[in-house]
Amino acid sequence: MSEHIDPAAAPVTSRATSDPAGTLTAGAAGALDVSVGRVRREQLHQLVRSKAFIVGSVILLWWIVCAIFGASFAPYNATTANILNTQLAPSAAHWFGTNDVGEDVLSRVIVGARDILEIAPLATLLGTVLGTTIGLAQGYLRGAFDMLVGRIVDAALSLPIVIVAFLFVVAVGASTITLIVVIGFVFSLIIARTVRTAVLQERELDYLAAARLRDESVPHVMFVEILPNVLGPILVEFTVRLGYAIFTIATLSFLGFGVQLPTPDWGADIAINSNYLAAGYWWETLFPALAIASLVIAINLIGDSIEAVLIQ
Amino acid sequence: MTLPASPELSAPVEPSTTLEVSHLDVAYRVRGKDRLALRDVSFSIGRQESFGLVGESGCGKSTTALAVTRYLPRNGRLSAGSVLVNGQDPAKMDKRALRRFRARTISMVYQEPGRALNPSIRVGRQVAEVYEVGGTKKNEALARAEELLGMVQIADPGRVLRSYPHQLSGGMLQRIMIAMALASQPSLLILDEPTTALDATVEAEVLDLVSSLRQRFQTSVLFISHNLAVIAKMCDRVGVMYAGELVEQGPAQEIFDNPRHPYTVGLLRCVPRGGQRKDHGRLDTIPGFLPGPGEVQVGCIFAKRCALASQRCLEETPPMYDAGAGRTSRCHYHEQAPELPRATPEDVTLRSPDRSGEPVIRLRGVSKTFHTRGEHVRAVVGVDLDLKAGETLGLVGESGSGKTTLARVLLGLSVPDEGSIIELEGSPLAPECAKRDRRQLQAMQIVFQNPDSALNRRHSVRHIITRALKKLAGLSGEACERRLLEIVRSVRMEERHLPLRPYQLSGGLKQRVAIARAFAGAPRVLVCDEPTSALDVSVQAAILNLLADLQSRERVTYVFISHDLGVVRYLSDSIAVLYLGRVMEYGPAETVFSGPHHPYTESLLSAVPSLDGSPRERIRLKGEIPSAAHSPSGCVFHTRCPRRLANGLCESTEPGLVEVEPGHMLRCHIPVDELRRLQTTEDADLKAGQPKIS
Repeated sequence: MSEHIDPAAAPVTSRATSDPAGTLTAGAAGALDVSVGRVRREQLHQLVRSKAFIVGSVILLWWIVCAIFGASFAPYNATTANILNTQLAPSAAHWFGTNDVGEDVLSRVIVGARDILEIAPLATLLGTVLGTTIGLAQGYLRGAFDMLVGRIVDAALSLPIVIVAFLFVVAVGASTITLIVVIGFVFSLIIARTVRTAVLQERELDYLAAARLRDESVPHVMFVEILPNVLGPILVEFTVRLGYAIFTIATLSFLGFGVQLPTPDWGADIAINSNYLAAGYWWETLFPALAIASLVIAINLIGDSIEAVLIQ
Repeated sequence: MTLPASPELSAPVEPSTTLEVSHLDVAYRVRGKDRLALRDVSFSIGRQESFGLVGESGCGKSTTALAVTRYLPRNGRLSAGSVLVNGQDPAKMDKRALRRFRARTISMVYQEPGRALNPSIRVGRQVAEVYEVGGTKKNEALARAEELLGMVQIADPGRVLRSYPHQLSGGMLQRIMIAMALASQPSLLILDEPTTALDATVEAEVLDLVSSLRQRFQTSVLFISHNLAVIAKMCDRVGVMYAGELVEQGPAQEIFDNPRHPYTVGLLRCVPRGGQRKDHGRLDTIPGFLPGPGEVQVGCIFAKRCALASQRCLEETPPMYDAGAGRTSRCHYHEQAPELPRATPEDVTLRSPDRSGEPVIRLRGVSKTFHTRGEHVRAVVGVDLDLKAGETLGLVGESGSGKTTLARVLLGLSVPDEGSIIELEGSPLAPECAKRDRRQLQAMQIVFQNPDSALNRRHSVRHIITRALKKLAGLSGEACERRLLEIVRSVRMEERHLPLRPYQLSGGLKQRVAIARAFAGAPRVLVCDEPTSALDVSVQAAILNLLADLQSRERVTYVFISHDLGVVRYLSDSIAVLYLGRVMEYGPAETVFSGPHHPYTESLLSAVPSLDGSPRERIRLKGEIPSAAHSPSGCVFHTRCPRRLANGLCESTEPGLVEVEPGHMLRCHIPVDELRRLQTTEDADLKAGQPKIS
């Protein structure tokens, strides 16, 4: 790894000769940063040491394990109805109780992680890739393209994302693919905006003037020159969007346009079981809700700690 | 500057000193380890004395200031020694005492005046606050603020007080900062690189101001700068810092005339002075690199880079030797220091430019107007220039004079106005670089001022140079690899640098990468836009010599932009002086420097502080460069010209650029003989017996 240079290369790492103007702004501690080469590794260390990151990762990891292996260690089959055991309160046999058809709530919460953890990352990934491309083009090309896309983004963002997704799902019909495409597309507009701002800052830098003087092609400048320098904000945006994606998917399921029953799904379960809240059967709504909350919080914790490390 | 009543000679042992720093160690805690940033630093500043700390970046100048004001960052602490200001130790003060101490006893002026003021609060509020802290009523504080600004020679204090910081120029803001710092009549004023961000003409004004106020307020000054000439001008006594140690200390003139530490000797040899040229009396360099904090545990901290070092220097830490005449030097061989052998040869043979041949670049009537918000900013106006093969053209002028715009137009990064002609070896160039062919692009490249911005920070050195070789020289495969190694060696870098990214390199190495990239396509013309202004002097010297050697070998023409006249003079064969986008003077470098000068060139020259101790302060430019959107009528320089004619000609008619001597062009109504007479007689009056410059 080029980041890790051995101490024998000490001369290169010394900051002996940088900008005299930087002496003050970089601060005295900055002047001490002898091993600049270790900055990236240092950032990683800092991330791994941050409590928020650890907590977030542990929770996320738990849900990933549930999504992959949940069916094999869940105490009951999540889709086996048992009319003799409906609406049981939490007990030793059913830790989270049972629902209206006698399915075990704990098992459904565990297995229900699967779809959401499939759709959300894929949708976010699609949105990030698409949004990054649009944002790079907007920021670098400026002009009419930037104006046009900028207005479309404004228009799209004036509607709540759930409504937009809702319209699409109604038109095309609910399926995993539809969800991924719809959420990915809407997210790409939001991500494009972030990327564009970052690109505008890069645009002022002389390395792009140097690229112009080498007659580099537009795609080369966008993806080889600029993209690596704006990965930081993109990574942060990805985690933030991932949280929103989970939230959106759960909402759509709640509205009945997401994952279809009887496949266990947190949002759909909340929708069905909330009918029984008034009757005092709180557990079948509360636990899926907590699952959603914990997953969103975990991702936000991770996102925040990445951002904190990148910003300093 | 020499104070009439400077205490330097009269009393080395003042009964009471303003600042007493003794055996100070400062450590920063980084990754759980203490690293010494300052080691055994001792100095004192007497009443009304001005003490300078000079050294390159990372040597601990600012850390010293932070330790004195107790503003060290949270991970820093005084690990040994003590600081006494007026006999009190700031480290032992409680919160209230410390606040009072900072409000009354000590003041600090920073490098960036624009960042020291709150951008969203009017200047008046911020200045008045200084008095309010002292318990003055609001209205009275405002009135006193106005008085204060008058004192720092601000012509219209009322208007300035109602302005926001962004509406004022850097020089104006720095004067306000100085006024605020002095308002509380502190015992000690700390100036940390106060003029580094300013133009030479403005710097001269600010320095004059500091000198006069210092006498008036009877304040002691701690002046921090990397600029040796500024320190020489401003300080009674000087301390030279290197890698966290004070290596030499003594009266300013003594130190600069007769240094007794090898580091000081080396540093002084890196600064271009009159008479030094790229081929004759070359700048020397300091070999090696600054050691990291804590890297040198025993022995002399400079030993690794010192040509005088012996085994003893590696094993035995030198104490502060008394070198006589109130001076101390931390060197075992301080008596031999002045004979430090040079690290590089003094004279080299460089091919001289081919003056007879056809010009490589021909500019005719090149103008550039920016149209913004209904205003027409004429950044470059009607420039005609010829550049010969292997020649260096120096472009000088204050910021805002159009130097960089002209360079960008030449490169095709900015599109010039209709009718501008740029020819490369006789054939016209498209105004925009995107429309120029590969051969034309290859022929003209640039080294930017700031390598952090010019190099893609995510690309390795190998990638950066290889890409330029591929695109500009059209090389690939083995040929490309061979040329890569060749180029890397020609900028004196090594193969081990290839996989590194810019952030892993020092400033000087980064600039070498930028130079290597520019040379990848074997250009005919290379624009160097302030290539050394972000570098320390010792690194600057190495880069300047490198550029000179590469030029001689590759027969490249340089357009060298710099605000540093010493640097321009060292490297240039001819010089063009720009003011508000117009060439005011153009001619062979030595002629432009020896005169007769254009009044503008004359003011630029007299603004530069010199190390030779000869204050060439003939004339001072007042005010700042006018906006290019509203250029003055007639001669654009008439608003600031110290030699404006009384008959009104300068205000009404713009003079043409006329050849007054062979190859020497001036844009001035005053006849050249009259200029020569004015400038030589005043010279003689002012500095009887001083040899003329050059």
